[in-house]
Amino acid sequence: MERDPAAGEDPAPPDRRPQGRRGRRRRRRESRTRTVRSNLQPPPPASAHEEGAAQGARRRRRWWWWRPGRGGAQHLADNRLKTTKYTLLSFVPKNLFEQFHRLANVYFVLIALLNFVPAVNAFQPGLALAPVLFILAVTAFKDLWEDYSRHRSDQEINHLGCLVFSREEKQYVNRFWREIRVGDFVRLRCNEIIPADVLLLSSSNPDGLCHIETANLDGETNLKRRQVVRGFSELVSEFDPLTFTSVIECERPNNDLSRFRGCITHENGKKAGLHKENLLLRGCTVRNTEAVVGIVIYAGHETKALLNSSGPRYKRSMLERQMNCDVLWCVLLLVWHGVWVRRYQEKKALFDVPEADGGSLSPVTAAVYSFLTMIIVLQVLIPVSLYVSIEIVKVCQVYFINQDVDLYDEETDSQLQCRALNITEDLGQIRYIFSDKTGTLTENRMVFRRCTVSGMEYSHDANAQRLARYQEADSDSEEPVPRGGSLSQRGSIGSHQSVRLVHRTQSTRSHRRTGSRAEARRASMLSKHTAFSSPMETDITPDPKLLEKVSECDRCLAVARHQQHPPAHLSPELSDVFDFFIALTICNTVVVTAPDQPRQKVRVRFEQLKSPVKTLEGLLRRLSPSRLTGCGSAASLFPAKSSSKSGSSFLPVLSADSALLGLEEKLSQPAQAQAVASEGCGEDGWASQPCAPEGCAPDPCALERAPPPPPPKDPELRYEAESPDEAALVYAARAYNCALVQRLQDRVAVQLPHLGRLTFPLLHTLGFDSTRKRMSVVVRHPLTQEIQVYTKGADSVVMDLLLPCSPDDARGRHQKKIRSKTQNYLNLYAVEGLRTLCIAKRVLSKEEYACWLQSHLEAESAVDNREELLSQSAIRLETNLHLLGATGVEDRLQDGVPETIAKLRQAGLQIWVLTGDKQETAVNIAHACKLLDQDEEVITLNADSQEACAALLDQCLAYVQARTPPGAPEKTPAGGAGGRFYPLLRLPPEAAAPRPCLSLVIDGRSLAYALEKSLEDKFLFLAKQCRSVLCCRSTPLQKSMVVKLVRSKLKAMTLAIGDGANDVSMIQVADVGVGISGQEGMQAVMASDFAVPRFRYLERLLIVHGHWCYSRLANMVLYFFYKNTMFVGLLFWFQFFCGFSASAMIDQWYLIFFNLLFSSLPQLVTGVLDKDVPAEALLAQPQLYRSGQNMEEYRPRTFWWNMADAAFQSLVCFFIPYLAYYDSDADVFTWGTPITAIALLTFLLHLGIETKTWTWLNWTACGFSALLFFTVAFVYNSSCATCYPPSNPYWTMQTLTGDPLFYLTCLIAPITALLPRLFFKALQGSLFPTQLQRARQLAKRSSPRKPRAPRDPRGPLPGAPSPDTSEPSCPGASAPASQDDASPGSWPPGAPEASEEPSPVDVSVDVSVPLREASGRRAPGRPSGPRAAVPERRSGDSRAKPARSGRTASLSSVFSLPHFGSPGWISSLSLVGGLGGVWQLSRSSLHGDKREAEFLPGPPPPRDGDLCGLGQRAADYF
Amino acid sequence: MTWSATARGAHQPDNTAFTQQRLPAWQPLLSASITLPLFFCAGLAFIGLGLGLYYSSNAIKELGYDYTGNPGTGDCSLCGVADQDRAPPPSCRCAWNFSLPELFQGPVYLYYELTKFYQNNRRYGVSRDDAQLSGLQSALRHPVNECFPYQFSAKGVPIAPCGAIANSLFNDTFTLWHQRLPGGPYVEVPLDRTGIAWWTDYHIKFHNPPLVNGSLALAFKGTTRPPNWPVPVYQLSPDPNNTGFINQDFVVWMRTAALPWFRKLYARIRQGNYSAGLPRGNYRVNITYNYPVRAFDGHKRIILSNISWMGGKNPFLGIAYLVVGSLCILTGFVMLVVYIRYQDQNDEAEDQE
Repeated sequence: MERDPAAGEDPAPPDRRPQGRRGRRRRRRESRTRTVRSNLQPPPPASAHEEGAAQGARRRRRWWWWRPGRGGAQHLADNRLKTTKYTLLSFVPKNLFEQFHRLANVYFVLIALLNFVPAVNAFQPGLALAPVLFILAVTAFKDLWEDYSRHRSDQEINHLGCLVFSREEKQYVNRFWREIRVGDFVRLRCNEIIPADVLLLSSSNPDGLCHIETANLDGETNLKRRQVVRGFSELVSEFDPLTFTSVIECERPNNDLSRFRGCITHENGKKAGLHKENLLLRGCTVRNTEAVVGIVIYAGHETKALLNSSGPRYKRSMLERQMNCDVLWCVLLLVWHGVWVRRYQEKKALFDVPEADGGSLSPVTAAVYSFLTMIIVLQVLIPVSLYVSIEIVKVCQVYFINQDVDLYDEETDSQLQCRALNITEDLGQIRYIFSDKTGTLTENRMVFRRCTVSGMEYSHDANAQRLARYQEADSDSEEPVPRGGSLSQRGSIGSHQSVRLVHRTQSTRSHRRTGSRAEARRASMLSKHTAFSSPMETDITPDPKLLEKVSECDRCLAVARHQQHPPAHLSPELSDVFDFFIALTICNTVVVTAPDQPRQKVRVRFEQLKSPVKTLEGLLRRLSPSRLTGCGSAASLFPAKSSSKSGSSFLPVLSADSALLGLEEKLSQPAQAQAVASEGCGEDGWASQPCAPEGCAPDPCALERAPPPPPPKDPELRYEAESPDEAALVYAARAYNCALVQRLQDRVAVQLPHLGRLTFPLLHTLGFDSTRKRMSVVVRHPLTQEIQVYTKGADSVVMDLLLPCSPDDARGRHQKKIRSKTQNYLNLYAVEGLRTLCIAKRVLSKEEYACWLQSHLEAESAVDNREELLSQSAIRLETNLHLLGATGVEDRLQDGVPETIAKLRQAGLQIWVLTGDKQETAVNIAHACKLLDQDEEVITLNADSQEACAALLDQCLAYVQARTPPGAPEKTPAGGAGGRFYPLLRLPPEAAAPRPCLSLVIDGRSLAYALEKSLEDKFLFLAKQCRSVLCCRSTPLQKSMVVKLVRSKLKAMTLAIGDGANDVSMIQVADVGVGISGQEGMQAVMASDFAVPRFRYLERLLIVHGHWCYSRLANMVLYFFYKNTMFVGLLFWFQFFCGFSASAMIDQWYLIFFNLLFSSLPQLVTGVLDKDVPAEALLAQPQLYRSGQNMEEYRPRTFWWNMADAAFQSLVCFFIPYLAYYDSDADVFTWGTPITAIALLTFLLHLGIETKTWTWLNWTACGFSALLFFTVAFVYNSSCATCYPPSNPYWTMQTLTGDPLFYLTCLIAPITALLPRLFFKALQGSLFPTQLQRARQLAKRSSPRKPRAPRDPRGPLPGAPSPDTSEPSCPGASAPASQDDASPGSWPPGAPEASEEPSPVDVSVDVSVPLREASGRRAPGRPSGPRAAVPERRSGDSRAKPARSGRTASLSSVFSLPHFGSPGWISSLSLVGGLGGVWQLSRSSLHGDKREAEFLPGPPPPRDGDLCGLGQRAADYF
Repeated sequence: MTWSATARGAHQPDNTAFTQQRLPAWQPLLSASITLPLFFCAGLAFIGLGLGLYYSSNAIKELGYDYTGNPGTGDCSLCGVADQDRAPPPSCRCAWNFSLPELFQGPVYLYYELTKFYQNNRRYGVSRDDAQLSGLQSALRHPVNECFPYQFSAKGVPIAPCGAIANSLFNDTFTLWHQRLPGGPYVEVPLDRTGIAWWTDYHIKFHNPPLVNGSLALAFKGTTRPPNWPVPVYQLSPDPNNTGFINQDFVVWMRTAALPWFRKLYARIRQGNYSAGLPRGNYRVNITYNYPVRAFDGHKRIILSNISWMGGKNPFLGIAYLVVGSLCILTGFVMLVVYIRYQDQNDEAEDQE
């Protein structure tokens, strides 16, 4: 194993690692903290000796640490990344140890060792070990190679550069990552990846802020804010590491990303706490901040990122599990052989070899010996090379999947990644797909669609049209924003910086080339990632009415302000409009970036001027507008660095703040107005980048009368937000000329056309969390000086927090009206599939605020349960809100999602969508992506209690079984007992699927009930009847529970696909986990087995590669078993002619190397390259995928047929030579060698029959195999005259080649052996072709026809080019349909299979038993229609009511209607459902089906048409 | 680890025929139409070959006699009876008389055949020392352990040749006598006992240890004969080129047979008047009956046979070719029927399209 020289340079004592490990353990036990000091300071005298020791232990070590209360230096991990498993020394033992974890290896070694026992040995002991050693060596080599590539990528990462402060040179010098030590000072610049866990000490941002992107860690692409450590943020001058004398005490390294605690002790004894806001984590990227300086506190493997990373998993594939079972069969077979052998009774004969005492062995001993020998000889039955061959094949399959150009996404420059190497064939057997919605089906790109303000709806029709245009354009064009450009744009501040950046891009690129580490890959990905800024999202077309209102507000306010009037005279609606947009603009955590972010450098200088210069500056600017505005961004020019910063707390303190603000207001009100205006002008000038002179007119006031200036649609101003919704809203506000231009820690600036720049002092930001489902900002309104709370949140939450309005006064009534209107619109939005948010505000009086602030500060300073207190405090603030309006944001579907879903469904996959979204939104997205069809019945399950859920389930089941075809019901009453559904669960789903399509929608709460033990069977059964299932409002845990349930109960292959951290559990539970390597970062990808760039690639991954992988592996495993059975058969038959003495006529060399060398290559080539159906045909006929689902290629029957064929072939291959050499003087090996040759030829020919595509590789491999055998035989047989006892095959092969008998037997035996197989295959191929074969035939037949395609005028039917649409999309209908169209030709397609499986009729019988029983118990004599069941169930529940007093609340909530003014359809449905259950049955579906059926003239199915289309396509292919 | 690691700078995969699995390929569809000509061709070829083989095998003459000596089976019964208690008289003699009505076409080979003799038994088959047989001095003194229990004699003297195979050397002898005229004298037919082993065995694998003072006996000094042998190995034959380990009977015997019924070449008749074959007349084979086979229900046969280009008489291969060839033709016809029907269906299917 090659080690990097630099690694060797570090003199590592051999015991370093174990010591380190031990040390870490001890540390964990004894102390919870670590202390870090600057490396630049001399060590404290108290620990001088320790320092010496430490330095002795390691050269160039420059940090010291010790634990309080205990002396003794310990090692801290340095920043070197070492993910390799082995070292040069430990490789052999460690690797062997790992390999012996596989039982088969132990078995083979034991067998080989058995050969060393003289009494039972069959082969030369050394020779017997050879294959095992070979296998072990191959595996070891593979491991070694992997480890080496890990090592190389480690090196690559270790050699990334970083600026580290050097004591010698008194400046930052470039160092490698691996040289970074704990205690070093690193300087990071924008877009750099953080090399270690760094405590932020200084930032170029004047507020001591730094933004990082943590996508590598938690998958969130949004920017996170980090704060300079308290006490350093106040430094006015550049941070100087040399003066850093503080001591940092922090936690031991741990993997909790969301927590960090510690404290820093300054030299003067002052302490300051450290929070996770102070920590920059390794792997994150510095964004939006020019430069930061920090001290390294955890390095290398102690960083949180690395403590969190885990290697790829080893999942066992289904095929492999079944294979193990077959291996067991083989063992049994072997034992049976052994027992057979034991029956042999030895007779005294000349050929008897007596024991030493002259007597013969006792029969028992002889039998035992011979049994053991037998095992050795027959061990070839369990192929030693099986596992390694399969691994090789899988790795190659993975390679080909990776290499598929069609799975490459140009947009993100990412191809499919296979992270699990050993479950490729599972891709071909998936039955259930569990999909996340947001980011998986949808883009996770939010586009503002419409809004309602103050009860008025603004439909934004133009915007919708614009989006429609994008939708069209999207299909063929790329994003207009050049992706690559963003990086250089972002950071081109100075020449040195850009040089540096170039370097960085190169390094990331080199990663891409060679580094396998996800870290490096992600780095490259992130560097080109720009948050949510395609023009589709940014260019909102405003609604003219609303725009009018906004500008009116703007004008009024500007006038009022100018005249120093209070702005009270605005009408309530207009003030709502204004507040609405202010809220949209400021109630978020969006960060403003400009492309050439001049960064805060300039600002810092301004700051140092300490600004009473505000007016002066305004003057200056007015004088030379183009100069200053041209060179600075909005951020840099805005002067008002509030002096509250100088306080010891970075939180604004009320008193100081307000006093100061008031003072400022008083002092500079007139001036400020001017300044604001002028700045606004300046902004405009800045906005159109090379400063447009007209935007910088000398007198800003002149603008006021002018028509509103063109909206500051600055394409360069970019918003980076924590969530795409936020950005969408900010962009929307900008479209209404209400642009967010700056966000700092303590204030936000909003740019309005007339008012100019309004700066809102930001008092508090109460961030979004998923329990509150809202966020708020507390600001002081610059115009009114009121303290206002803007809240934005989910409608369900915000609507409850509104100020209760009194019905008495007119205003209250009006408010109520507005609310109900808004709620109606919200529902409407939800129906449209929009994500809704409510915007509300609250005006706080000074007293209220002071009171709240008091408690809030307490909460903030609390040490224990701070989070809880904070959230309580937030709840106190967010009450009595005044509703402003609501927004509808569209989450666009990804490209090709409906088509993909349709295809997957045709392929027999049942798709479940598990989403956290609300039901209406989810249903509408489901409609949009064709998961639900308009003409199908949707069962909606909403239950508020366990009982309700159970009742509802029963009702649904009753309904479902009632609509199954007649003919079943008469058998139903017989069953009576039970109520268990177990018998049903064994049914294959497709048999159970009824014809008319059903879909199930269930919400999170009901899902929780349905997943209870008592209901899960019913739920599953119901779900199985449905074509698609939609689970809304589900938690990550529920997602994984659903997957687990389906997987374990239905025994079906499951695939989970998702993109976010909330899908991780689901992805891990599923058999195959797929991550979308999109916007949401890498967490899902890290947990997944396959990572695809887009959802639509799933189609090709499953339908093409899944099918191929499965069929290849299945065929290869079958072939493997066939081959070994056949080979062992030869030996077995020989036992009848050698006195069952376990001798072999096949030379030991051939015996041992046959599998390994002679016959292995062709099957590998076939296993890797064979294509039973071309990709185009597979894609055109997704139903071919069902063959994998049904395990058609590898089912027990196939296995045993294969075995029988193997037995037959071995009989032929044994007895033809036997009879041919019957009365001859042939010796054992002269007779055995032809048999070996015959076996080899038979194998090759057999493989030839099985191979569907013959490339030159197949030919070469077969030729090579035969050639290799004969070459080896020749060489071996002439190499040594007296070696290789006992066979001693000297000159055997040479003699044989002179014997015509040899050729004659070699000719006839393989052909005779394969005759039946060929015959049956050909017969079956002609008479009963499987779906796959017919697809091949069609694909093939159409290819030569291509040139004369016009010959067949009916070829391309009108509907043919779009096969997906003409295909009946209901699986229940399409599966039989596709079979129907096969039947007119009197072929019974898949007839044997069909007869095995229970018909749907049987299903309904089973169902009905418990159903009838259950409903009958509840209400005897009542008709069990869904509607009729309502009153009866009510009574049932009221029966339960008194029994459980504690449940009253929940029961009442069961009956209560939605507590807001719900729109008509929801309430009426709820009423119908009674218990909150909703039945939405669209009868039209049946009619629709019928209509369709009438329309289609009999069997000529659309599929034929699409086969034609396929033919066309395939013709291009061939 | 993932494969993207090895991908090139841009993540775009190579668009080559190989990586995209679009290598030009022959894609046969296994159906009647493609197998039809195959079956017919193979069938015809096989039938042709089979006929040839059958006739050439039929042209071979074979003459055999079971001289095991089961009671009432002829001359050798006496010896056979004696054989049963495993104490055969030192040289029980019997004879096999036969007459040839016509010339027995030469070259004639004399085989002996044993049945139910498991030379392929594992423990028996390994019991030899090839190094010793190749004349290696050290191996001569120290036979390998596989030879156990015929490795050392009771006195600890190494056995040469060691092992069970050598110990069970077939030691019946035959002489062939020809009576040209009825009642005339029997003339001994010269049996060529030298060219019966494989050339490589005789010349390469088997060697006598280097002579000591020109004496083979001295070369074997310090070893002892196998327990069943009446004479030491260097006295197997008076012919110095056919004694010791390179005695051809011995060499032939050491090439263990494949099956429990096997024949081994005893002699060729190709000298003198008999080079063209055995002329007609009466013949007698005098048998020295030594080898006990009745203990394991074995049989001994003596066979006279001539051979053709494809070896000894074995009609099987010819018949097999004929049968398989006919089967192929039959299958071909089935395929033809299927093909015709299938073709119809095919057209229908196309019509439907």
